[in-house]
Amino acid sequence: MRREPARSLSDHLPVIFPALMLLVFFVIPFSIMIAVSFFQREQGGFYTTDFVFSNYERFLSAFFGGVLGFSLLLAASVAACCVALAFPFTYFLTCRTRRVQIAWLVGLLSVLSLSEVIIGFAWSTLFSRTAGISNLFVALGLMDQPTALLPGFGAVLTGMVYQALPYTILVLYPALVRLEPTLLEASRTLGASPLRGFFNIVIPALRNTIVATLIMVFVFALGSYLLPQILGRPQHWTLSVLITDQAIYQSNMPFAAAMAVFLVLISLALVGLTLLVGGRKDLTA
Amino acid sequence: MTPAWIRNGYMVLIALFLAAPLVVVAGVSVNAKKTLLFPPEGFSLSWYAEIFTENEWRSALFASVGLAAFSAALAVTIAMPLAWFLWRRVAPWARVFQFLGIAPFLLPPVITALGFLSFWATAGFYGEPWTAVISHAIFFVTLPLVTLSLGFASIDRSLVEAAATMGADDRRVFRTVVIPLITPYLVSGYAFAFVLSLNEYIVSYMTVGFTLETLPIKIFNALRYGYTPTMASVSIFFVVIAAAVFGLVARYGDLPRLLGAWSSEDK
Repeated sequence: MRREPARSLSDHLPVIFPALMLLVFFVIPFSIMIAVSFFQREQGGFYTTDFVFSNYERFLSAFFGGVLGFSLLLAASVAACCVALAFPFTYFLTCRTRRVQIAWLVGLLSVLSLSEVIIGFAWSTLFSRTAGISNLFVALGLMDQPTALLPGFGAVLTGMVYQALPYTILVLYPALVRLEPTLLEASRTLGASPLRGFFNIVIPALRNTIVATLIMVFVFALGSYLLPQILGRPQHWTLSVLITDQAIYQSNMPFAAAMAVFLVLISLALVGLTLLVGGRKDLTA
Repeated sequence: MTPAWIRNGYMVLIALFLAAPLVVVAGVSVNAKKTLLFPPEGFSLSWYAEIFTENEWRSALFASVGLAAFSAALAVTIAMPLAWFLWRRVAPWARVFQFLGIAPFLLPPVITALGFLSFWATAGFYGEPWTAVISHAIFFVTLPLVTLSLGFASIDRSLVEAAATMGADDRRVFRTVVIPLITPYLVSGYAFAFVLSLNEYIVSYMTVGFTLETLPIKIFNALRYGYTPTMASVSIFFVVIAAAVFGLVARYGDLPRLLGAWSSEDK
């Protein structure tokens, strides 16, 4: 049965329910949020219909600039660490038998699906004084006495790398698993060392994939909102935390919405960039 | 090939990094007393029992499982006809809905959450438990949509054509050919949405955070007031559920293919 255009009303029937659901529960909420970002805030957590830019003007404050700068820096560090760690790992993984790969994939998916709350709690335990990793260092004679390793920037970064690493591996996996093995075999036959083959063949062949992955992990890390709260100090709060804080605790929906719109624009620009990079013909495709 | 000891050593290091926090949490979850100690002192499974015996934890568990079960079902109900339509019909405009189905997953979750908060508040249903079901279904519709699209792409069209030549109409083809072939993808889509919904925090928090306590919300609230060992046992409980579900998906489906590798037959 070939694909045919939908003509009669009954041909269109199956698509009506999903289309309605997505329009009503995704497009409309999204539009409301954009509208609210232009509303005027009133005392007591309410807002009135209006068309003002005051919520956007608040972006110009030094405080907001600091939070934005920190969020971008943090997301960029997480993306760089994750891709640097995940790329060799994923490459080694794809060289394994299918059984080993499946076992790893199950493990990676399990860690990836973990709630941010659980990841935050687990790392706060691992970094704690009484149950943490510093006890191991003391036992090994590297430290005099156990200390708490949080809150701090290192703890936030570690937690977020932990959260994003399985995601990075799973984004890289398809490209690496489809990589032509003949490319490497050819380089081996011509006498290149394995390391040289990796740097001269694998990495250049997947340059676009690497750039696209960096951007995707960056956007993923931008969304982290609990880890900075659990593992960091208030100066480590990101834009996502600030949005939640304004919406729920300060009851300033218009300002929260304006920040969310801003975050959407950053993310969309980056996702667009990924599509652009990915759209160029990859050697592996 | 890189020397084997480098490859194995590196993979072991990554495995350690991924496992370390879970091992420590598993350790503290069996402490005999209510202390945050590792290695644990004494051994007790009472904190696991507490998930089911303590009223607050049990109702949070039921809330989470109910939310995950219903929202994953709704997500599949939305994704299935859309994926089928995209496969069966030539309709470039329907790609818009495919994009809409994938968008919530690409954007930072706080945005979708805030959208739902303003939507339910405007509609006057803020805080109703069923609003979280719809919100999660939309938020996670990407997963069944992707697995089902992969599933439809893997159906050999000559099978369908053969059925049609023998006189089967659309409905019959769907029931006798499409459904049996697509079921593994349908189940994996449901499984992915279920597990992620179980663990989701921000959307539930912004929609029903003050009326319905799901487990992630309960853990976070408990975390603010210090440590209780039940957090540790419940975390491990969740890891085990996720590993069991994905293990089953891998057992009955083609996990590498679902995650983007060519299928085993292609190799």
